[in-house]
Amino acid sequence: MNDGHSSSPLGAEGANSPTRTVRYSNTKATLALAKASFRSIMRSPSAVVFTLAFPLIFILVFGFLGNGGTRIDVGITPGSDINNPVVSMLGKTGMIRLVKDKSKEEFDKLLEKGNVDAMVDVHRKVNTAAYSVNVVYTSASRDKGGILKSVLNNLFYDKTLKPTVAEIKESTVTGREYKTIDFILPGQLGFSLLSTGVFGTAFVFLSLRQTLVIKRFFATPVKRSSIVIGEGIARIGFALIGALFIILIGHFFFSFTLVHGVVTVINMLLLATMGIIVFMGFGFIISGIAKSESMVPPISNIVTLPQFLLSGTFFSIEAFPTWLQPISRALPLTYLNDAMRKVAFEGMGLWDVKFQIMILLIWGIVIYAVAVKVFKWE
Amino acid sequence: MEINKAIISVKNLVKKYDDFIAVQDLSFEVYENEIFGLLGPNGAGKTTTLEIIETLRDKTSGEIIVDGLSVDKHANAIKQIIGVQLQAAGYYPNLNLIELIELFAGLYGADIKPMEMLEKVNLQDKAKAKYKALSGGQKQRFSIATTLINQPKIIFLDEPTTGLDPQARRNLWDLIVQIRDAGTTVVITTHYMDEAEQLCDRVAFVERGKIIAIDTPDNLIDQLVNSGFERKKEVKKANLEDVFINLTGKEWRE
Ligand SMILES: Nc1ncnc2c1ncn2[C@@H]1O[C@H](COP(=O)(O)OP(=O)(O)OP(=O)(O)O)[C@@H](O)[C@H]1O
Ligand SMILES: [Mg+2]
Repeated sequence: MNDGHSSSPLGAEGANSPTRTVRYSNTKATLALAKASFRSIMRSPSAVVFTLAFPLIFILVFGFLGNGGTRIDVGITPGSDINNPVVSMLGKTGMIRLVKDKSKEEFDKLLEKGNVDAMVDVHRKVNTAAYSVNVVYTSASRDKGGILKSVLNNLFYDKTLKPTVAEIKESTVTGREYKTIDFILPGQLGFSLLSTGVFGTAFVFLSLRQTLVIKRFFATPVKRSSIVIGEGIARIGFALIGALFIILIGHFFFSFTLVHGVVTVINMLLLATMGIIVFMGFGFIISGIAKSESMVPPISNIVTLPQFLLSGTFFSIEAFPTWLQPISRALPLTYLNDAMRKVAFEGMGLWDVKFQIMILLIWGIVIYAVAVKVFKWE
Repeated sequence: MEINKAIISVKNLVKKYDDFIAVQDLSFEVYENEIFGLLGPNGAGKTTTLEIIETLRDKTSGEIIVDGLSVDKHANAIKQIIGVQLQAAGYYPNLNLIELIELFAGLYGADIKPMEMLEKVNLQDKAKAKYKALSGGQKQRFSIATTLINQPKIIFLDEPTTGLDPQARRNLWDLIVQIRDAGTTVVITTHYMDEAEQLCDRVAFVERGKIIAIDTPDNLIDQLVNSGFERKKEVKKANLEDVFINLTGKEWRE
């Protein structure tokens, strides 16, 4: 290796060669950046840990805990028939706890506070073998009421007071069973998107700025928009691969419910895209206001922790004290989680969750309006 | 080198950072196909001047034309025909050299073979290494490789040899001369006068944002000698650097 470079093919280009006739392509530059950024993310341990490992650990933990997480307390109205197939069926679903032996007044109070999620009253209809079931839900526990409703739907195919129990028994109760994973997975997915969007974006842009990588980029003809879009494509791509991974693991190992199969997955990924774009906005803002890399985690935590805790990642926000609920209802992750659960478990389409999407959109507009103001290039 | 065509012309350049005047009324020309050195003490304004020509910083006033293009109006066109090595720059994290070159090829819209670029600076063996894992000299050579990707007419090298050992420095000189011989104009800054003397076709001395002398190294030395200057100590036929090179050989260091 002595003097190796002297034979290197340096000639033939430079000022004397005719100038390139190729027009400069912003798309090519953007894609080159996206590719580079994607490679870099895939090799960055923290990105992989935050996006995949954490959510998967939680899913694993809750997956193995089985249905211990969600319990629906259903009161049996005093005077109701107890020894009937409907009630015993409810008991067998595993997540419903039947509450008996309380007075009407006690039940009314519990119902009001949401300590009991619903009341069931079963009576044999006069002169028939059929049972009439009367369900009373409570607005204090809408989510769980919704779950119970689904369970009952599955038991009866039809909501209210119906039919001969013998038939129900035989009709296969294979309908949707709301499992803990159905609640936990969308929450974890949302949190994964939140952390990769916020932390990832903030770290990348701050460090590219501080290590003068961006300055070197500026010495090339690349446009600023290409840099942002290229980074965005990589981040979104990475987040979606992570999301798909989480959904598939959840589905195949922990029987996460995907009502319409592939269509549901696609809808979830579309929601994930909207979510990550909004969350990246937070990242842009943080990269602009943080003075050093050590300031990124604390500021990011201010954004992510409240959402982690209050947006229904682990617990339904209905479980929070009433004074906290308005805060929960202001956070974007709440709506992403909500939309995800509705799409995945209830089989809704994107149009059915337009309200949630609209809130995300409003957040997006606000966040990016701020980001444009505080983002720094150098 | 009689008819010199200016490829860069700087006229009355002024740069203020708030109240501080970093560059005051600077004018000079860089000729096509020469190695032009900007010399001067720390803080003289060399980097500031270069980065203004490179369209990376705004000037306060003055006029700069690069290959017929004005920095005010055609910044993007200028970026396409220059290659830039910054005094301090980083490269995208977690990527190896090949991937970094690919990235720059995309940013410049250039169609090149990454390995060939690395061969030019003798880094083919480090193709799969990360930038962070390179030695100082290798980093500088890699930076120079990134300046060549768009087959520029002019390259700017801001202290490319700072921190390098004597061989690495000499090897870099060879590389720079080759680049010039291939038809590229080179603008370089350095704090090593032996380097400027050997390498540069012309040099400009900058102090406190002003040019105090500009000529070929030969002429500048002659002028000094003619003014009656004499070195205090008689120089031996060799110096310690010659000893270093003699002892450690001339090849690239990895
Ligand atoms: N961004 C900036 N803001 C304020 N002052 C600056 C800035 N950049 C440079 N300066 C000042 O301008 C002067 C010229 O700096 P410059 O970096 O151009 O010097 P230089 O000749 O390249 O020095 P060196 O040989 O140390 O690299 C210095 O006094 C420096 O402190
Ligand atoms: Mg400098």
